[in-house]
Amino acid sequence: MIEQLAGSWNYIIVVILMMTGLFMVIARANLVKKMIGLSIFQTSVFIFYISLGKMAGGTAPILDGNPDTLYSNPLPHVLILTAIVVGVATTALGLALILRINEAFGSVEEDEIIAAKASQSLARPKRPTSEAAE
Amino acid sequence: MGAAILTNLPALLVVVPLLLAPFSAVLPIAGLAWVLALIGTGISFLAALLLQSVTENGVSISYHLGNWEPPWGIEFVVDSASSLTLVVMSGLGFLTTLAARHLVAVEIAYKDSGKFYAAWLLVIGGLFGLVMTADAFNLFVFLEISALASVILIGMGAGTDRRALVASYHYLVIGAVGATFYVIGVGFIYAITGTLNMGDMANRLPDAAGGTALYVGFGFMVAGMLVKAAIFPVHIWLPAAYGYAPSAVSTLLAAIATKAALYVLARIFFTIFGGTPEIVDIALSNVIVPLAVGGIFVGTIMAIYEADIKKMFAHSSVAQIGYIALGLALATPAGISAGFIHIGNHALIKGGIFMAIGGFVAALGARASLETITGIGRRMPITATAFLICGLSLGGLPLTAGFISKLYLVRAILETDSYVLLALVLISSALSVVYLWKVMEVMWMQPAPARSPKLVENPAIYLPLWMVALGNIWFGIDAGWIVGAARLAATALLGGGA
Repeated sequence: MIEQLAGSWNYIIVVILMMTGLFMVIARANLVKKMIGLSIFQTSVFIFYISLGKMAGGTAPILDGNPDTLYSNPLPHVLILTAIVVGVATTALGLALILRINEAFGSVEEDEIIAAKASQSLARPKRPTSEAAE
Repeated sequence: MGAAILTNLPALLVVVPLLLAPFSAVLPIAGLAWVLALIGTGISFLAALLLQSVTENGVSISYHLGNWEPPWGIEFVVDSASSLTLVVMSGLGFLTTLAARHLVAVEIAYKDSGKFYAAWLLVIGGLFGLVMTADAFNLFVFLEISALASVILIGMGAGTDRRALVASYHYLVIGAVGATFYVIGVGFIYAITGTLNMGDMANRLPDAAGGTALYVGFGFMVAGMLVKAAIFPVHIWLPAAYGYAPSAVSTLLAAIATKAALYVLARIFFTIFGGTPEIVDIALSNVIVPLAVGGIFVGTIMAIYEADIKKMFAHSSVAQIGYIALGLALATPAGISAGFIHIGNHALIKGGIFMAIGGFVAALGARASLETITGIGRRMPITATAFLICGLSLGGLPLTAGFISKLYLVRAILETDSYVLLALVLISSALSVVYLWKVMEVMWMQPAPARSPKLVENPAIYLPLWMVALGNIWFGIDAGWIVGAARLAATALLGGGA
C-alpha cells in the first residue's frame, strides 16, 4: 500500500491540487480567489500530463543513435505547452473582467455583487478615462 | 486554382473567419468591420453548403492539416453529420451577422465595434473547427478559442447593463472548469490508447485493457462537454449569459454555440466510444436521458416564472437543448436524426426569437420585459409578426419547423416503447405553451400604455429576421431536406465508430 502510494506520489499531488483548486472555485466568494483556484486546478492537469509522458529512467527525446536509450514521451509535454498558453489567456481575461466588475460594482465579493440593486444595473458603469477621451 | 480551393475547403472554413478577425480588430470604421464579418460568414456558408453537397451521399472527407498523415497530424473530418451541423451553424451565423449591423450600432460603443466583430469572427471560426476536428486535443483548442471569444462578446453587454460582466465572468470560470475536465478525460484516454485521433481511439479502445481509467476518462470527457452544451444541471451559466449579452450576441450564441457542443457530445458517444457500446449505453440511459428530461422541465418552469424576455427564452433554450440531448441519447437511428433535426430547427427558432427581441430592445432603448413590450404587437407589427411565427414554431404548431422536430422526436420515443418518456415530453410541450402564451398575450392583446412614443422598425433587423421566420415555415412545410440530411447524419455517426 505504502509502496504503491510512494510510486505514484506525483499523481497524489495532482489529485490534491485538483481538489484544492476546484474547491476554491466553488466555495470562495471572492472573484480573485476563484481565479487563483482555477489556476491551481489547471496546473494540476499540467502536472498530470507531464507525469503521463515521463518514463522512469527516460531521457530527453533527442535521437542519439543508441537503440538502448529510453526516451520520455514528448507529446503530452508539447500538448501541455498549448494548455498552459490557454490557461494564461483564461487567467488574463478573467482578471481583466474582475477589474471591470470592480469598476462597475465597487466590489469583487460575489455576494455583494449579487445583492447590488437591479435598478442600478442599467446605469452605465463609471469609466472616467474613456468618458474623457470621448 | 479552383481545384485547390475545393480540396482545401475544410481548412478554409476555419481559416477565413480566423484570418479576417485581426483585420477587423484594427479597422477604425464599424461598417467596414461588419462587411469583413459578413464576407467571412458568407464564405463559410458557401463552403459549408459545398461540403454538404459533396458529403450528401455518405461520402466522408478527411483533410490532413499541413499534409501530415493522421494519426500523427491533425485531421479534419467532414461527413454527413458534421456537414449538416456546419450548414446550420454557418447559415444562421450569416443571417445573424446580417442583423448584427444595426443591433451593434445601438448597443456597442462605436470605437469597440471593430474588436466586437473580431471576437464575433473568432467565435464562429472556433465553432467550425470544433465541429470538424478529428483530433481530441485540437478540439480543446477550438473549444477555448470560441469560449474566450464568447466571454468577450458577453462582457461587451456591460455598455447597457453591468450585470453582463458578472455573467461573462461566470461563463469564463464554469467554461474553463468544463474544458479542463475534458482535457483530463483526454489525458486518460491518451494514456490507454496512445493516440489523439478520434478514429484511431475508436479502433484501439475495444482491445485496450482500459479498466477503471477508461471509465474515468469517458466520464471526464462527457462531463466537460455537458458544461459546454449547457445540459441540466450544469446549465446555470446560460440564462445569465444569454440574458445580459448584447442582443446580437444572444442571437449568435443561442443559434449556434451550444449546437457545436452537442454535436461534439454525439461524436464522443458514437465515434470515440463507438467500439465500447456497453459503457456508452449505461451512460446514455442512466445519466443523459434523466438529465435531458430534468433540463426540459427545469428550463420550461423557470421560463414560465421569468419576466425578462431575454432570460425567459434563455431558460427555454435549456429546455430545447434537453430535447436535442434526449433525441441523441436514445441512440437509435430515429432518435439521433430527431436530435439533428432539432439542432437545425432550434437554431432557426431561437435565432429568430432573439433577433426579434433584439429588434424590440433596439427600438425601445430598454430591456425587453413583460412590462415594456406590452402592446408592442401594434407598435412594431413587422418584427412582432416574425416573433409570433418563431414563437409558434417553438411551441410546435403544425406547418412550422418546431412541429417537425416534435413529430420526429415523439416517433423516435415511440419506437423505443418508453411511454413514461413520451408522457414527459408531451407534458413539457404543453407547459411551454404557458410562457409563450404569457408573452403573446401581453404583446398582442393588451393595449400599449398611453402616450407611448412611436417605435421605428429598422429593415436592417427585420429583413434577416423575416428570412429566419420564413425558414421556420419553409422547413415546417417541406422538411424533406433536413429530415434526409439528419437521417444520413445518424447513419454516419452510428456506422462510423462501430
